[in-house]
Amino acid sequence: MSLDSDLTRQSAATLATAIARKEVSSEEVTRAHLDRIAQVDSRIHAFLHVDAEASLSQARLVDAKLAQGVLLSPLAGVPIALKDLVATKGVPTTCGSRILEGWRPPYNATIVEKLMAAGVVSLGKTNMDEFAMGSSTEHSGYGPTHNPWDLDRIPGGSGGGSAAAIASFEAPLAIGTDTGGSIRQPAAVTGTVGVKPTYGGVSRYGIVALASSLDQAGPCARDVMDTALLHSVIAGHDPRDSTSINAPVPDFVAAALNADVRGMKIGVIRELQGDGFQSGVLERFNQSLDILTELGAEIVEVSCPHFHYALGAYYLILPSEASSNLARFDGMRFGIRVDDGNDRSVEQVMSATREKGFGAEVKRRIMLGTYALSSGYYDAYYGQAQRIRTLINRDFAAAFATVDVLVSPTSPTTAFKIGEKLEDPLSMYLNDIATIPVNLAGNCAMSLPIGLAPEDGLPVGLQIIAPAMADTLLYRVGSALESALVDRWGGLLISEAPSL
Amino acid sequence: MTQKAAKGIDRDQVVHLGTLARLELTEVEVEHYTLQLEQILGAIASISAVATDDIAPTSHPIPMENVYREDVALPGLRLEDFVNDAPAFEEDRFRVPRILDQPS
Repeated sequence: MSLDSDLTRQSAATLATAIARKEVSSEEVTRAHLDRIAQVDSRIHAFLHVDAEASLSQARLVDAKLAQGVLLSPLAGVPIALKDLVATKGVPTTCGSRILEGWRPPYNATIVEKLMAAGVVSLGKTNMDEFAMGSSTEHSGYGPTHNPWDLDRIPGGSGGGSAAAIASFEAPLAIGTDTGGSIRQPAAVTGTVGVKPTYGGVSRYGIVALASSLDQAGPCARDVMDTALLHSVIAGHDPRDSTSINAPVPDFVAAALNADVRGMKIGVIRELQGDGFQSGVLERFNQSLDILTELGAEIVEVSCPHFHYALGAYYLILPSEASSNLARFDGMRFGIRVDDGNDRSVEQVMSATREKGFGAEVKRRIMLGTYALSSGYYDAYYGQAQRIRTLINRDFAAAFATVDVLVSPTSPTTAFKIGEKLEDPLSMYLNDIATIPVNLAGNCAMSLPIGLAPEDGLPVGLQIIAPAMADTLLYRVGSALESALVDRWGGLLISEAPSL
Repeated sequence: MTQKAAKGIDRDQVVHLGTLARLELTEVEVEHYTLQLEQILGAIASISAVATDDIAPTSHPIPMENVYREDVALPGLRLEDFVNDAPAFEEDRFRVPRILDQPS
C-alpha cells in the first residue's frame, strides 16, 4: 500500500498489514476515518454517537502496544463501527430508541471485550431501526440513515447504519445483528458483504435482545476476506451466554483463501425466485449462477415447500419473544421515566414511559406479540409457528442432504425510497422473505454484492446459506464468486458508488 | 391444533392488549392498531392451514439443555457505574413509584 493513497478506501486486511509493518499508525488510520465521518455523515447519518477523542486515544494505545512488539490480532489498529444495540461501557447505547436516550451501559458486551483485546478501535455507534425492528432504518427514533448509492433511498435495516458506514467509507468494518435479515439485507442494498453466523457462534452477552431464539451478531465489511477476519475475532464460546456453542472456532480466513467451488453442489431454492422478485435482481442472480457453473460448481434446483409459511411463523415468533424481552424497558432502572409523581402508580408511570419512549413499529410488534401469547390464542399462533419452524428445519435438512450450500437473492428488490413503505408494515415485512428462514433454522448465511440492477443502477445481493456450524462454506463459496466478479469488474462493486 | 385462530380483532381487544403491554395508547393509535393487527394476522393466517398435529414444536434452533458453568465469583457492578444513568436514584437505591395503595 502506498501511504499517499486514501486510507478510507483500503480494506481492513490491507490497513492491518500496513499498521503491523509500521507503514502507517492506527492513529492515522483512525483519524482518516473520523475525518471522513465529519465530512459525509451529515448526509448519510450512519452514526448516532462518535467520540473522536476516545477513538484516537484507543488507537494510540494500540500503536503503543504494537511498538512494544505486542501481537494483538490480524486486525490490530483497524477501526470499526458498532451497531447501537451492543452494550459499550460508559458509551451511549440507545438501540435507536428514545426510551434509552442518554443511557450508558455499566458493562461491555463480550464482543466489545474481544474487539478491544484484538486492538480493534471503535469509531462509534451506528443507527438502526428501533430495537432492530425494521428493514429500512426509518424506524429509528433518531431519524433515518441514507443509502450512499442514492441519498433518497433506504440503506436497509435494521442495521442500515452499519452498512451505510461501510459503504460510504466511514469505516472499513462494522458489527451488525441479524434476527431476520438485519445484516444481510442492508449488505445487499448497499453493495457490501454481511454474514449472519450460525446461531450461537458469536456471543450475545451484552447485545440488547430482540428475539432471543433468532438474534445473532455478525461481521459487516466491503469484501469477503474482511468479514472472515472480523468473524474470527468475535466468534467463540462465552460462558456468559448459555446459548453460545461450545466448540472450537473454525478457520474462516483459511476458508476465504480456499476460494474453490469445483465439484460443489449448489442448490437454488425454487420458492425464493419468481413472483415478488424484481427483474434486475433475478437477472444478476442468474448471471451469478452461470459464473458459479463456470467455476466448476454444479447448480441444482431444490424445493423448500414450507418457506411459504416462514414469514407468517416469523411474525408470530419474533413479536412474541420481543414483547417479552422489551418488558424490561419500564422506566425503573435505565432510560427515561415519564410522568413520575406522588399520585401516580407504578403501572401508570410504566405505561406513560413506554408509550412515549417506544415508536410505532415497536408498539405494533409488542401488541402483536402480547396478542399471540395471550391465553386462548397461544397454541393457535405461537404454538403453530413453532411447529412450522420444525417443518422449515426439515426442509433445510432435506436440501442439505443433496447440496453443499443453498443460494437465493438476498432481498427481493433493490433499495426502495425513504418513506415509500413506512405506512404499509406488511409490504415492509416482505423484504425479509429470503432471509427469515435462515434465522428460524439457526443456519448461517452471507450476502455479497453481485452487480447493479439494470433498471435502477442499484446494488443487488446474493445470499449463500450453509448448514449450522458450516460457516466456512460461506467464505469458500463467497470468495470464489467475489473474485470472479472482481476480475470482470476490475475492482469491488462498491468502488462504483457515487463519491458523495 | 386444539385452538382456532381468531377471526378478527376488535377495538376492545386492542385496548386490553395496550393495558397488558403497559402502553398508554392514544385513541388514534387504538384505531390504527386495530386495523393493522387485523391486516397482519390476516396475512399470516395461512399458517393455520398447515397440518402440524404430529409435529413437535421448535423453540430454539440449536438443541441444548441444562447448560452449566463453574460457579466462580466475579466482581459485580459498582454503584458508580450506573447511579448516574438511572431515572431516579436515592440513598443508594432505585427510587420507584408506589406499588401499593396508600393507607387512607
